[in-house]
Amino acid sequence: MTTSTTDTAPVPAPGRRSWLRDHSELGVCALLLALGVLVLADALTMDVDITQRGPVGPKTVPIVVGAGLLVIAALLAVDVLRGGRGQAETGEDVDLSEPADWRTVLLLAGVFLGAAVLIEPLGFPVAGALLFWGAAFALGSRRVDRDPLIAAVVSFVTYAVFNNLLGVPLPGGPLMGVL
Amino acid sequence: MNALNSLMDGFGTALTPLNLLWAAVGVLLGTAIGVLPGIGPAMAVALLLPVTYGLEPTGAFIMFAGIYYGAMFGGSTTSILLNTPGESAAVVAAMEGNPMAKSGRGAQALAAAAIGHFTGGMVGTILLVALAPTVADLAVDIGAPDYFAIMVLAFIAVTSVLGSSRIRGLASLLIGLTIGLVGLDQMTGQQRLTFGSLQLADGVDVVIVAVGLFAIGEALWVAAHLRRRPPDPIPVGRPWLGRADVRRTWKSWARGPFIGFPFGAIPAGGAEIPTFLSYVTEKRLSKHKDEWGKGAIEGVAGPESAASASAAGTLVSMLTLGLPTTAVAAVMLAAFQQYGIQPGPLLFEREPDLVWGLIASLFVGMVLLLALNLPLAPVWAKLLRIPRPYLYAGIMFFAAVGAYAVGGEVIDLVILLIIGLIGFGMRRYGLPVLPAIIGVILGPAAEQQLRRALQISDGSVTGLVDTPFSVIVYAVVVLLLAWPLVRKALPRKGART
Repeated sequence: MTTSTTDTAPVPAPGRRSWLRDHSELGVCALLLALGVLVLADALTMDVDITQRGPVGPKTVPIVVGAGLLVIAALLAVDVLRGGRGQAETGEDVDLSEPADWRTVLLLAGVFLGAAVLIEPLGFPVAGALLFWGAAFALGSRRVDRDPLIAAVVSFVTYAVFNNLLGVPLPGGPLMGVL
Repeated sequence: MNALNSLMDGFGTALTPLNLLWAAVGVLLGTAIGVLPGIGPAMAVALLLPVTYGLEPTGAFIMFAGIYYGAMFGGSTTSILLNTPGESAAVVAAMEGNPMAKSGRGAQALAAAAIGHFTGGMVGTILLVALAPTVADLAVDIGAPDYFAIMVLAFIAVTSVLGSSRIRGLASLLIGLTIGLVGLDQMTGQQRLTFGSLQLADGVDVVIVAVGLFAIGEALWVAAHLRRRPPDPIPVGRPWLGRADVRRTWKSWARGPFIGFPFGAIPAGGAEIPTFLSYVTEKRLSKHKDEWGKGAIEGVAGPESAASASAAGTLVSMLTLGLPTTAVAAVMLAAFQQYGIQPGPLLFEREPDLVWGLIASLFVGMVLLLALNLPLAPVWAKLLRIPRPYLYAGIMFFAAVGAYAVGGEVIDLVILLIIGLIGFGMRRYGLPVLPAIIGVILGPAAEQQLRRALQISDGSVTGLVDTPFSVIVYAVVVLLLAWPLVRKALPRKGART
């Protein structure tokens, strides 16, 4: 169990925002709870009369997992309210002393989704290059001369290695049709 | 001896030019990736899973084994030169290695680490050759209840031995089990958690989960907290050791494997605990106690040798029981599943060429690792200067390649991003990633074994504990669960560390 202290007394109304920020981990509990309800609902509405073979049908394990999610959501909520905190992961390039930079995360996710949509119309080499360039841009690289070039080389070499060398088909798109 | 003959056949497989090439590619790629900050061995293997679609299994696993060892070695290079270990196994290497590098003995630290990895890997692999066939023989007639017990042990071990919080470990495991439930039920074809979607009926591919949690999750997490100025690596020359250093370290190299190997074989977190134990042991036995904390070379040599041997130990349980004890082993297990091969006691009978070729290639890889890494160390050190935007853009890019190659479906990329966001949230709130990935990989198999066992016993729960093997395993599970309570009840005597 995590170390838990009992010194976090309920905070009066003005501190409600900071209380919520302090206890944002309760959001994890809410998500686990929602997931548990979803799994249970799916399991209980399952129609298994015909397909059941053996004493344990397809419902049993989902019910156990769903119930487990509900229990863990509750236990985690208790732990958080008693002052337990999950430790954010550290790493070589991770600086936890500054607040999270949500803009970069959203931009990265957006670039990724955009590239996913573009793979089919534009083909993998072009969409991949855009993904690399866009991600580098989102992460703060602003070398307009160098970034697109690196992105294009990485993407085309990868395409060639997978498509021609390893035999994993990737869509070439109109550009590969021309070349 | 039978194992020796098989090993010789294995060398026949491993030494064909093509497989030799895969071993070299794996070792080089693994070291390069391990040196790169932010990428650990598990992410490296996960990002390379798509090659399994184009390669035959023996070549692929020879390459993966090279990546595993190479990435562990690369990780210690980063620790020594940057003092910011990216993964737990390399934490100990930084404790003495970085002070050594700071005082101008970086070349000796790298050499002690490289030779430590070589000896640890060699001894570990010899132990693997000696033990694995025996374990496989013993385990060969274990049935469904025993398999289920082993998987329960794996679930409990990864959630309660690792990490600081059991609740968070269990939460992560349950998330993984839930993802594993998606799709058609293996025994009845019943749709579960598919919400009528044909896409989801096939289930979520393990490759997508592994790449999403390890690669996308990590890239997004780093993006949110990117260090504005990456730490400066300490420049280093060609690694070498003087005679005095060798005299100090050879015993440490020799001791390391015997600490590392057993811990690798049990589900106790891979290299984390044995590297630390080796560090403590070496410190106690050292004749140069005044140097500790300021750069004692034994503190690099012993733990690195233990880390490398623990990787070999990991392979024992993965190959003979199908039980992954580390994240890398879990991802490698996913690779086996991609080929439709089930690691377990029967693997040595069914796929002798593959298994012995893989084991023999470990020896080959170790020699290549030593031969390549000593001269290439200054090149590896340069990799530490790679601009971070390119590094993480590259991770996003290769993650996309991997997920798209699974089935050529755009929806897979969307699922990948969602799983990546889950991985991001898990990193933010301290939910360990390993239990989730173990849950996804072992969950469906565990359910199948459970149902098979209960079918045999006609629904009676005693069917789960009617073999001595399963009883022993459940006893270990109970011990693991009760350990914190027992420790609390014991009188406090080990308080002085």
